[in-house]
Amino acid sequence: MAYRRPPTKAQLRRQRMEALVNYPLDWLEERSGLVGGVRYFLFRKVPGDVNWMQTLGSAALTAFIVQAVTGVILAMYYKPTPNEAYRSIQNITDHVTLGWLVRGMHRWGASVFIILMFLHMGRVFLFGAYKYPRELNWIVGVLILVLGMMEGFTGYLLPWDQTAYWATVVGINLNGTAPFLGPFIAQFLRAGQEIGADTLTRFYSLHMMLIPGGIIALIGLHLYLVVRLGVTSPPWSKEAAGMALADEEPQPLRPGLTRPVPRGIAAARPEAGGSK
Amino acid sequence: MEPAGPGQHESPPEPSHDEPHLPAPTLWPLGFAIGIVVVLVGLVVNPEIVSPIGGAIAIVFGFLWARAATAELRGHAVVVEPERRELRETEAGEVGAALGEEAGAPPARGERFPRSRFLEGATLGLGGLIGGIVTLPVAGFAVLPPFLGQRRHEVDLGPISDFPEGSWFIATFLTDPAEGEVSRRTAFVRNNGVFNNQPSFTIISNRCAHLGCPVQANGPTGAILGKKTITEHTKNGVVKLEPVVPAGFGCPCHGGQYDTEGNRTAGPPVRALDRYAFEIRNGRLILLGTYSVSHVDGTGAQARIHKYKLAGPGEHVDGPEQWLYPLNPPHQ
Repeated sequence: MAYRRPPTKAQLRRQRMEALVNYPLDWLEERSGLVGGVRYFLFRKVPGDVNWMQTLGSAALTAFIVQAVTGVILAMYYKPTPNEAYRSIQNITDHVTLGWLVRGMHRWGASVFIILMFLHMGRVFLFGAYKYPRELNWIVGVLILVLGMMEGFTGYLLPWDQTAYWATVVGINLNGTAPFLGPFIAQFLRAGQEIGADTLTRFYSLHMMLIPGGIIALIGLHLYLVVRLGVTSPPWSKEAAGMALADEEPQPLRPGLTRPVPRGIAAARPEAGGSK
Repeated sequence: MEPAGPGQHESPPEPSHDEPHLPAPTLWPLGFAIGIVVVLVGLVVNPEIVSPIGGAIAIVFGFLWARAATAELRGHAVVVEPERRELRETEAGEVGAALGEEAGAPPARGERFPRSRFLEGATLGLGGLIGGIVTLPVAGFAVLPPFLGQRRHEVDLGPISDFPEGSWFIATFLTDPAEGEVSRRTAFVRNNGVFNNQPSFTIISNRCAHLGCPVQANGPTGAILGKKTITEHTKNGVVKLEPVVPAGFGCPCHGGQYDTEGNRTAGPPVRALDRYAFEIRNGRLILLGTYSVSHVDGTGAQARIHKYKLAGPGEHVDGPEQWLYPLNPPHQ
């Protein structure tokens, strides 16, 4: 007969500590369901043979977060006016404590962000992770890449040195050579006929408000789709993701709304339907 | 209530259920509030007598309020008004729907625009309207100013006696002194002498016709020539005239090359350099604004300039490519 000993003092203390730690979490969970939501998001099932390559997406996300945080702090010291911009950049680099570091993180992190997005894109391409049903997520990703490059373009002007100024002149005029609407796009970006103070503040506002807002919204959509559709197995996977999917016929809202049942892998190789 | 006939769903409105399911309301908070008001009024009227009275009222009612509010915690039964809900007679099979949250009456036959649809449409419609009213002016604020109210800036380059006949100068000036150094522009100026009793000048903008970089004069400038830079103070700030002997003009960005009339000789530019229109007013050289040039035949005062409305860098002004740019935003 198993005899349960009464809990010792140490065990009791431990239980009390656990209750103390859990209390705020339980309080939050009961009122919002947030704890469960976070667990659902973080502790998802993924294929057993996921690859290190599949961390490139979260690496790009991390790079974006670094850009966002360092950018917010740089904005505390940067002054977007023609007379002050370059001087304030010099001040950040040379005089503000650790300014050189934060500006360097933002400046180099920008390239890291773009490079990681491209590497992530290459991984998705080579793994075939853009295929049905993940096409929409590829499109969202491309939009994030485009917005990321617009961040690069608008951010490049802000140091307001000769490189920044003339690179922006060339960049705006390149837009201007687009047929039909080009001249209007250029004049919108330039905030007038000539580059001036309004161009600088316009680029600053686009760089730190509008475009990051768009990127954040699209990242949210991107992650939602990742969670909803699941992580793709690598091409060499024995589990052969998607093979079991075709058992269930997709139910369109209306006839013809989704594409017909994939007559793909499962139909061709029924023996591979289940994972072993 | 009479049982509803089959297929007939019209019924009297449900009794409202919105009695509070809370402890019976007390008046103590009201007394507490009155006490606070008396304190505040007393501070103005008579801090020594009225305020303490208010304080006493607030303390008494505050105590009563706290006692009532903590009655449950202290183990007293709370007086809760029971919820009353009339039991309706319903058809079998409809009970859940009739009593549950989805109890909205289904539309009667022939009712084509039920209330819920109206509310749905009204919410979306009003929301869209309010959104539009707010968004449109803001979007206009962001987009329109670059296209409206763009002014042409006249530039005073100083007396024409500064420009000896046949000599080139690199002139720098502020197009808009109010805006400051950011409006500083450069032009290459040469006095061609008098032609048909009219003074003739060649004034070439240094904005490259490729993508707008600053074109430089290919040749020795002031210090090398042993000539001094002329400085004039005009309404366009400090105007500097630096002597130069150019063999042509070249762009540092992508290598576009031009001759001294601004004709493209090499590289990516799609047309000749833009020029400034000018006039002589009271013996002073006034720049009026820029126009675009496809090419120039001849030189100096005899030059025949094929001029066009100002176009952006990289835009063709002649040839079939000009049809790619049928519209240009308002300039000047």
